[in-house]
Amino acid sequence: MTAIQPHLPILIVLLPLAAALVSAFFRRGAGAWALAMGVSALLPWMAGTMLWTVVRSGEPLSYALGGWAPPWGIEYRVDVLNAFVLTLVTAVGAVIMPYARRSVAREVHEHQQAWFYTMYLLCLTGLLGIAVTGDAFNAFVFLEISSLSTYVLIALGRDRRAVLSSFQYLIMGTIGATFYVIGIGLLYLVTGTLNMADLGARLGPAYATYPRPVLTALAFVVVGVCLKLALFPLHVWLPGAYASAPSVATTFLAGTATKVALYLLVRLLFTVFGIGITFRALPMTAVLLVLAVAGMVLASFSAAMQRDAKRLLAYSSVAQIGYVTFGIGLANANGLTGGLVHLANHAVIKTTLFLALGAVYYRIGSVRLEHLAGIGRVMPWTMATFVVGGLGLIGVPGTAGFISKWYLALGAIDAGLWPLAFVLVITSFLAVVYVGRVVEVAYFHEPSGPARDATDPPWSMLVSMLAAAGATIYFGFDTRATAEVAGMAARLLLGGRE
Amino acid sequence: MPAFTPELLAVGALVLPALAAAALPLCRRVPNVREAITLTAGGGLALLVWTLAPLVIAGARPEVAFGRLLPGIELGLKVEPLGMLFGLVAGSLWIVNSVYSIGYMRANGEPRQTTYYVCFAVAISATMGVAFAANLVTLFLFYEALTLSTYPLVTHARTPAAMASGRRYLGVLLGTSMVLFLPAIALTYTLAGRQDFVPGGILAGTAGAGVLGALLALYVFGIGKVAVMPFHVWLPAAMVAPTPVSALLHAVAVVKAGVFTLLKVVVAIFGLGALSGGVTSGWLLYVAATTVLLASAIALAQDNLKRRLAYSTISQLSYVALAAALFTPVAAEGAALHIACHAVAKITLFFAAGSIYTASHKTEVSQLDGIGRRMPWTMSAFAIGALGMIGLPPAAGFLSKWFMLQAGMQGRQWTAVAVIVVSTALNAAYFLPIVYRAFFVPEREPAADAGGHRPHPGHGEAPWPMVVALTTTAALTVVLFFRPDVPLALARQILEP
Repeated sequence: MTAIQPHLPILIVLLPLAAALVSAFFRRGAGAWALAMGVSALLPWMAGTMLWTVVRSGEPLSYALGGWAPPWGIEYRVDVLNAFVLTLVTAVGAVIMPYARRSVAREVHEHQQAWFYTMYLLCLTGLLGIAVTGDAFNAFVFLEISSLSTYVLIALGRDRRAVLSSFQYLIMGTIGATFYVIGIGLLYLVTGTLNMADLGARLGPAYATYPRPVLTALAFVVVGVCLKLALFPLHVWLPGAYASAPSVATTFLAGTATKVALYLLVRLLFTVFGIGITFRALPMTAVLLVLAVAGMVLASFSAAMQRDAKRLLAYSSVAQIGYVTFGIGLANANGLTGGLVHLANHAVIKTTLFLALGAVYYRIGSVRLEHLAGIGRVMPWTMATFVVGGLGLIGVPGTAGFISKWYLALGAIDAGLWPLAFVLVITSFLAVVYVGRVVEVAYFHEPSGPARDATDPPWSMLVSMLAAAGATIYFGFDTRATAEVAGMAARLLLGGRE
Repeated sequence: MPAFTPELLAVGALVLPALAAAALPLCRRVPNVREAITLTAGGGLALLVWTLAPLVIAGARPEVAFGRLLPGIELGLKVEPLGMLFGLVAGSLWIVNSVYSIGYMRANGEPRQTTYYVCFAVAISATMGVAFAANLVTLFLFYEALTLSTYPLVTHARTPAAMASGRRYLGVLLGTSMVLFLPAIALTYTLAGRQDFVPGGILAGTAGAGVLGALLALYVFGIGKVAVMPFHVWLPAAMVAPTPVSALLHAVAVVKAGVFTLLKVVVAIFGLGALSGGVTSGWLLYVAATTVLLASAIALAQDNLKRRLAYSTISQLSYVALAAALFTPVAAEGAALHIACHAVAKITLFFAAGSIYTASHKTEVSQLDGIGRRMPWTMSAFAIGALGMIGLPPAAGFLSKWFMLQAGMQGRQWTAVAVIVVSTALNAAYFLPIVYRAFFVPEREPAADAGGHRPHPGHGEAPWPMVVALTTTAALTVVLFFRPDVPLALARQILEP
């Protein structure tokens, strides 16, 4: 173990990448699944080890690729924030893999199942790469790897609209990536470096000399990344993509992809550009808060209007992304902690919810509200996990969602933005409305059609669902791994500035 | 019993109902065993709180730390006299209510009885958590758990009407707690840097009178379970639940959790000194007074018995808010005492209403002519409960009203005194006619209702478990008048550290 420990930052990317290559040669889904399952089960240990190391030492791990010392070579750099995101992404992957076998077998064509797992592994590679790399251009490469594989994952959905959704996302994602790379190009122009830490050190002086190119670069990378993370009003690709992708893909993307993009935004705003440029020279606080609040309010209303439960949750995701952005925009200790902890908490909660819906789809082939009538009576465990996730989304104390809301509210109060604290709690009340709609249909109406003979899904799926629901409650009480680590990361990003 | 430390008893009060809730689904096929579990847990809980109460009166303040939720936020229990008083009331009445429930649920052939008993036990556990919470966040946790665990009980019938009432119930209670109560807690924490209950308060001197007044408003309206107008609408809506739910939860546990929380916030977060005499906190008196009078007036116009009782509850709850708004020690004692006095009387009234419904399927006041001759036990108990509401001896309600009047006069708060006097007259006006009808107006030939159902013609008393339960609570109402030692001792101590 000690021999490979220094190499963990690169291994965590190489392992899923190599597995993806092998997986492409499988003809049947079962083998590819077993491989993906094995890799997914291994990765959290690697990420967890790194998290443990950096939390204990307080020093970042640095790994120079090919022995080229940074900033000339590519550096993989793991501090508390990266390790936190890596642990989150790998844990979500590990939790949903046992579930994936049956669900994918039901929703993806037989001859495409191996492809599904290949694309999943590639997507995982890309997401972990973004989270681990300390190089702005390398992040772009991984961004593309994850995006391209995501387009395929979405298009594998049985619904014919999946192809359209995938195409829509392809267009938007490509625009986002282009914007990002233009911004990085400008930064390279004025500083001559691509290493994030190095950029952070050089941009201050560079800004004094070339303020306009630096601000233009900031605008390009922020818009580019916000397209990927689906910040309102750049979210239009997300509901369609989530609604028509296979259930496992939706769950995985909801739990990880937007989270990693949010991480990248945080990294760029705080480490690369730094608070001085981001929040002092530009009204970024206002921009982010306005968009975040608009997203929270409007997307929550949209969610309440949906007839399709997956689409409903997708709009809810847009709203929740607003919460995280809200915390980032506050840029104070409590607010940023709230934003970062909500990355993890929302990932756990949404995973719970999408897994429950996936189980319903597995049994009755639809998640439209009218088909969910009485489903709570015939699939009691499934809907119980949905209710737990729903309570988390609402932010009831005793669930993970409460922790996020608490920090975000404190952050808003600390910033003196009283009215926004109320907007925050009011939009979280809107979650009661849209979660309540599903719950009412599921428990108050009589089952009809295929729902009449439905039962809870097989145990292999139930294991994942119960694990995710358990985590929703667990992280509502034990916050050492979430809130305290997020707090450390926030203090680090704010440079010791409270 | 040296093995039972006060700490263990405090935890036991939460764990025992929770254990019952966990065990009940296992016995769903054997109703008698299932009911035996509920009764055993209820008896155990009553024993537990009555063992704990003397220890608390003797000065024990058991504290239990559950651990750290967040840096600076601990979860834990601390039993102090006010919480003990509330815990004593809710904990002793669960067993009585369970006896009643068994009679009611079986006689009315209610479906989903296991779910019912499970949710009930969870709600009781949450109530004990509210009573014994050591700080605001712990209290909030159990407060929300109480709201959520009672939602399936309110919507027990699963009819469209139940669903609509459930929406209103959850909407108002979750809405007020999330939109107002939670920010109030966050602001308290930001101002004081702590959030635990300390006799004398933690907020004194941390902010100006304006901020404290606004914060008080957040608490008063945010604690929706107090049912201060306009956030009272959930309570009549909750009446769609089976009557035992209305009796214990919506006359005792849930609503008392509201007034208890408000009282606790006033004495242990603000401190009486921080609020008394301030212009920014004087408004509470008028808000409470308005609710007392308006709710009484509305109750007067209700023909449905349960709705009339619900509006009476709204009005009685605001007595506590009114007393709290006087910000004097005597008023706080009266408010605390009212939690106990109103509880036993109101549960009796609801038991009677459910008993009438079970025996005769009558729900309206206008149908009750002469029913006292058919159901003498029930209607005698009802009469005692009504005396308790009005505040006449020999019912316990007299005591708490006496304290409140005394506090009003000492403080020369003539508004408060006038409100109490006028509302007493209103209470009499909407309860005494029912008693009069039942005993002195001869029974009319029953008319068929719209559905063609005739009320049961030759009914007598309700099933015996129900009669036993309502007689017990009626007796308690009287006993509490003559022997109020324990609640009084606890109420006396609520301001002491």
